[in-house]
Amino acid sequence: MTSPVLRDARPRRPGGIDLKLYGPFIALAALIVIGVLVNPVFLSPGNIGNVLTRTAFIGIIAVGATFVITAGGIDLSVGSLAAFSSGMAIVAMNATVASLGAGVPVVLVGMLVAVALGLAAGLVNGLVVTRGRIEAFIVTLGTMGIYRSLVTWMADGGTLSLNSSVRAVYRPVYYGGIYGVSYPIILFAVVACVGALILYRTRFGRYCMAIGSNEEVARYSAINVDRVKLLAFVLQGVCVALAVVVYVPRLGSASATTGLLWELEAIAAVIIGGTMLKGGYGRIWGTVVGAVMLTLIDNILNLTGAVSVYLNGAIQGTIIIVAVLLQRGATARR
Amino acid sequence: MAEPILSASGVEKCFGPVQVLFGVDVDVRAGEVHAIVGENGAGKSTLMKILAGYHRPTAGTIRVDGAVVEFAGSGDAERLGVVLIHQEFNLAEHLTVEENVFLGRELRRGLFLDRSAMRERAHQVLAELDCPVDPRTRVRDLAVSERQMVEIGKAVSRDVRVLIMDEPTAVLTGAETAVLFRLIRRLTAQGVGVVYISHKLDEVKALADRVTVLRDGRHIATRDAADLSQDDIAQLMVGRPVSDLFPEKIHPPADAAVVLEADGISVPGWVEGASFTLRKGEILGFAGLVGAGRTELMEGLLGLRRRTAGQIRRDGRALRLRHLDDATAAGIAYLSEDRKGKGLLVAKGLRPNLTLLALERYGRVFIDEAKEETALERAVQEFDIRVRDPGVAVSSLSGGNQQKLLLAKTMQVEPTILIADEPTRGIDIGTKQQIYRFLHDFARRGGSVILISSELMEVIGLSHRVVVMRAGTVTGTLEGDAIEEAEIVRYATGLKGGPATDGPTGRLEDGRAA
Repeated sequence: MTSPVLRDARPRRPGGIDLKLYGPFIALAALIVIGVLVNPVFLSPGNIGNVLTRTAFIGIIAVGATFVITAGGIDLSVGSLAAFSSGMAIVAMNATVASLGAGVPVVLVGMLVAVALGLAAGLVNGLVVTRGRIEAFIVTLGTMGIYRSLVTWMADGGTLSLNSSVRAVYRPVYYGGIYGVSYPIILFAVVACVGALILYRTRFGRYCMAIGSNEEVARYSAINVDRVKLLAFVLQGVCVALAVVVYVPRLGSASATTGLLWELEAIAAVIIGGTMLKGGYGRIWGTVVGAVMLTLIDNILNLTGAVSVYLNGAIQGTIIIVAVLLQRGATARR
Repeated sequence: MAEPILSASGVEKCFGPVQVLFGVDVDVRAGEVHAIVGENGAGKSTLMKILAGYHRPTAGTIRVDGAVVEFAGSGDAERLGVVLIHQEFNLAEHLTVEENVFLGRELRRGLFLDRSAMRERAHQVLAELDCPVDPRTRVRDLAVSERQMVEIGKAVSRDVRVLIMDEPTAVLTGAETAVLFRLIRRLTAQGVGVVYISHKLDEVKALADRVTVLRDGRHIATRDAADLSQDDIAQLMVGRPVSDLFPEKIHPPADAAVVLEADGISVPGWVEGASFTLRKGEILGFAGLVGAGRTELMEGLLGLRRRTAGQIRRDGRALRLRHLDDATAAGIAYLSEDRKGKGLLVAKGLRPNLTLLALERYGRVFIDEAKEETALERAVQEFDIRVRDPGVAVSSLSGGNQQKLLLAKTMQVEPTILIADEPTRGIDIGTKQQIYRFLHDFARRGGSVILISSELMEVIGLSHRVVVMRAGTVTGTLEGDAIEEAEIVRYATGLKGGPATDGPTGRLEDGRAA
């Protein structure tokens, strides 16, 4: 065949920077500038550490959500699951403290229970979606209700509290750290790095994007669509479990309101980060930035006092809409 | 001579820094069929979209009845009677035919829809078109050709003066094409101007009054169709003489081994007990009417559809094919007929598309992107994929280049058997020739090809043997001199090769585009 003739191409980018790619980072930078202007304390290591530690739960869950959403699904059950597995972990630790004594083994039992539950819940969601051919939205709406109801029932409408001697052992997992960096931040960073590696560099990540953009094309490309979707839900379940592992020592309790609306915060972080809700395009670092931004807004409002903290939700909502509008603008201009 | 209803002069169009149309002039007169031809990427579709108000020209003017107009959108054009029927239909699948016909300009009585009036009108319009579709049917339950009729009905019901049709016969059978042609002639007799884009030069020759040829965004010629032969048109399109569209057949040796044997394959609702054999170095054509079950047979064979009966042997040994990756492992690759729906991720770039099927070859745990890039460079060279920036989305490539990319993707698994389903659908003649040569070379080097095509000339020109299917069964296998048009049609329509139970144009199933 003849040598390639260079033609037949539409314009590359509409000039300037690629908003879809860098938009979240620019927005984060802007928020930081605002934060510094509002209150110099903002940049203190203490405040930054505080913000990132509080971001960790939603952030870790949102990394998992990035995979599910990229593969064209959605998981609404993560908040309830976080509450349910927190409750189960606490119950398991309280039950074993008598025989094992208040030490590291008991805490490990609690972590193990949380991780096992996360795995199992991911499997259930994934299997019902793939085998049952039911939309992810509906399946996870169902499991969301189930887990929320279970934790409320277990706590009998009140609070499940961790045995105080175990709490003392477990406490450093949230409040401690290495070189002043708290464990939740470290875990968040590790989860994000591993997530980015998986999404961008492995076949599984590529397959998630392929399935999210066009499931039929994926099927005709010899991809086991069901297995990839199932794996994405399992990954999400594991992420929830990891978040629970660092969340439990924070309050040492679980109740009907634990993890309430986390699923929406996680989805918001994913969307602000530039991942497309309809699937096919996912950004891990965008998700991380999205999660940090959500906490930052709260933090800045707390530091000023000019705007009521009660308006936090309104500002977050506005930012979500603006973020998507900007991304839309970046693609529609072609 | 009639005055032009719609005319464009000096039209230029740029997408960012790339100019795709250079000072094109074209006009449409009342009652004529004006064919626009050109290779993929020649700018036909862009020009049509400008005429119908979907794009604004960067320079140049559009006139309707001699008055300069500026369309702000397709709505403006439609109000003046200029309607474009898209290659991909613009119908709401879940709505009924009547709802689609009146979509956006529903008849009302007071606050509420006047359903009976709309049904009455829709019924009338469809009757005029000889289209026996109940207006209450949902569009998703219609066959592709019926959808096309509904599209046309929708246009006609809007007092169309210029009807622009982009490759209307790409999805139609011969009989349906004939109906469409009768319809077009009826419309022109009523004074409608028709702009007709097609890659099928025999259709252009049969239908058009005038022909405009575009090449690389430039206006090459506008002539009376009577003054041009098909060869002349092809030459104007490619800018050089086209000879030997098909390479000379090189037959595999008589004792060539059988590489694939399918025995009694059944796919529920589509195929009943189909058998065939494929030999090394052979191009085995599959001919038949649309809906004869050729695609379904292959998809059933490959594990893409449920198969209820049948054995498959590869090189004489029984082969289990349950998923497509079993086929890939056995050296069998499938080029889908549905380029955009099943073949390529159109929103993604070239690289992830190229390697998607063979991704296991690009790294065990992590994907080796450098290796992917190298593969892309090689594929761009080998398959002559014309692209300025390999970073662009596949959707911005022309149909021909998309098809070459899909072929390159399929070949990434280095198959020895290639099942090519409509490999040249909707692409220009130059690219067709490249694909013919590729299939020919592949077979000559010892590969085997199953070629499904609705273009008889293609099957005849390339195949060493031809399997003809009708209504889900194999009605004949032709060899040598028996491979000719009339004979294939006899088997395809049931005149030969088995009991004709349901008429010569019987179709097993209509809802192909589900």
